[in-house]
Amino acid sequence: MAVTPLVDLHDLTKRYGDGPVVLDRINLAAAPGDFISLIGPSGCGKSTLLRLIAGLSPLTGGTLRIDGRTPVEAAAELAFVFQEPTLLPWLTAAQNVGVPLKLRDAPAAQRLATCARVLELVRLGDRAHAHPRQLSGGQKMRVSIARALSLSPKLLLLDEPFGALDEMTREHLNEELLAIREAQAWTAFFVTHSVAEAVFLSSRILVMSANPGRVHTEIAVPFAYPRTAATRLSREYHDLVTEVSRLLRSVETAAA
Amino acid sequence: MSKRLLNLLLPAATGVLFIAVWYAVRFSLSEDLQFLLPSPNEILGAFRTNGADLAHAALNTAEGALLGFVCAITISSLLALALSVSSLVRVSLYPYLMMLQMIPVIIFAPILILWVGPGLKSVVVITFLICFFPLVVNTTQGLVSTDRNLVELFRMYRATRLQEIFLLRAPAALPYFFTGLRIAATLAPIGALVGDYTAGSSAGDGGGLGFQAIIYSSQAKYPALFATAAVTCVLGFVFVAVVMGLSWLALHQWHDSYERSDN
Ligand SMILES: Nc1ncnc2c1ncn2[C@@H]1O[C@H](COP(=O)(O)OP(=O)(O)OP(=O)(O)O)[C@@H](O)[C@H]1O
Ligand SMILES: [Mg+2]
Repeated sequence: MAVTPLVDLHDLTKRYGDGPVVLDRINLAAAPGDFISLIGPSGCGKSTLLRLIAGLSPLTGGTLRIDGRTPVEAAAELAFVFQEPTLLPWLTAAQNVGVPLKLRDAPAAQRLATCARVLELVRLGDRAHAHPRQLSGGQKMRVSIARALSLSPKLLLLDEPFGALDEMTREHLNEELLAIREAQAWTAFFVTHSVAEAVFLSSRILVMSANPGRVHTEIAVPFAYPRTAATRLSREYHDLVTEVSRLLRSVETAAA
Repeated sequence: MSKRLLNLLLPAATGVLFIAVWYAVRFSLSEDLQFLLPSPNEILGAFRTNGADLAHAALNTAEGALLGFVCAITISSLLALALSVSSLVRVSLYPYLMMLQMIPVIIFAPILILWVGPGLKSVVVITFLICFFPLVVNTTQGLVSTDRNLVELFRMYRATRLQEIFLLRAPAALPYFFTGLRIAATLAPIGALVGDYTAGSSAGDGGGLGFQAIIYSSQAKYPALFATAAVTCVLGFVFVAVVMGLSWLALHQWHDSYERSDN
């Protein structure tokens, strides 16, 4: 392969203190533009893997390179979307989106322009001055995604961002996320419990097994982008969802 | 009946009932004991005859209360910041802050008079001591109770320590700060009154409501004493009302305590 990987994991291993091995020798290379979903039983280390990539937690062994650098050096290139919207309740939607730029001392004019642009991207331009309390769960999550996009990251890390939302809202946001991706070339790591979501969004799905956390199987998703609501109606989509579900169940029963 | 009207009528009705009971009790007392409970109209009379003195004393007490209150807010906020930064600092200072709160004003007042002299300075120090503790405790609690996810978010975006404190921890602590402030606002006028009672000064025009109370009780002017109590209540209400207003301004847009229900 000619492309140099954006994220390169080599024998990545993680233990918390002297607890059990949480992640065991993970090897993975993510090319620019990949959309990689992590799916697997609860406790298999999906969140941990994301936190390692984000530099929020130190590695125990192996190497981890983002664009050839450590996560801390590459901090400016990556953004994290947590499962909770994690908005500051005293700020408006627009001000919340502006937080990362403010923390980098970006000039106010640039901040305002960027906030307006990314809020428009997540279709919340008209709610810019609402406080989080006045927004629905889905709208809060959109603000959270807009905030992550405000830094124009190369790498987007999403930890079950739509886990708390109902099916309809989730499907909507999935489509929006892919639409935004068409316009902005980021690479994504996406943790989810929903097989359908993983198949719809990803170019690659990593099915993980637990105790210790390992990559059990990797599945390449063949559908071309852009994908739309119509993709969900196709025969191939359903077959793949079934296949991944079966695989996931076998991993989960093996763990139990 | 609309809820708003009810909210006005019910307290008014309670007030009328209260005054009726007051008169009833007073006139059921035998003649020689009636001085123990002056009737409301006697108290109004006392306002008329002592109005100038009372107004003057009220202003002096308000000044002491306000200065002590503001000092307490300033110093407690700075101290809370220091306490929130390190649990070591917290552990080393907390017992002594408790002790500060335990100091009995009655015993401390004569010492204070020796140190700073009677009058406004002493009143301010005593008010400060009384308001200080609830402010420090609540503000510190607020500064260390920031949502962990939000702290993680700030770390993720490599916020500096100062950014974390001023953009995240301080605003997140505001609801706690205002809880402390509401308690302190009820204590400030009482603190100033007690301070004035124990360390007030007759020199110049330095006397406040506490000092006035000593004079009235020595002269057996009981209606005037009741009037003094009423003025103190009003002062307390003013303090609390201002703090409630500030709290509303700072929090109503985002904090759950100001969530309006739809029904
Ligand atoms: N801060 C921590 N300290 C100690 N152990 C931890 C910590 N965080 C996670 N673990 C452990 O690491 C393992 C993996 O946790 P992780 O949160 O990564 O799982 P996950 O795959 O994200 O699970 P879920 O799907 O339930 O979110 C678990 O056994 C968990 O108990
Ligand atoms: Mg998780």
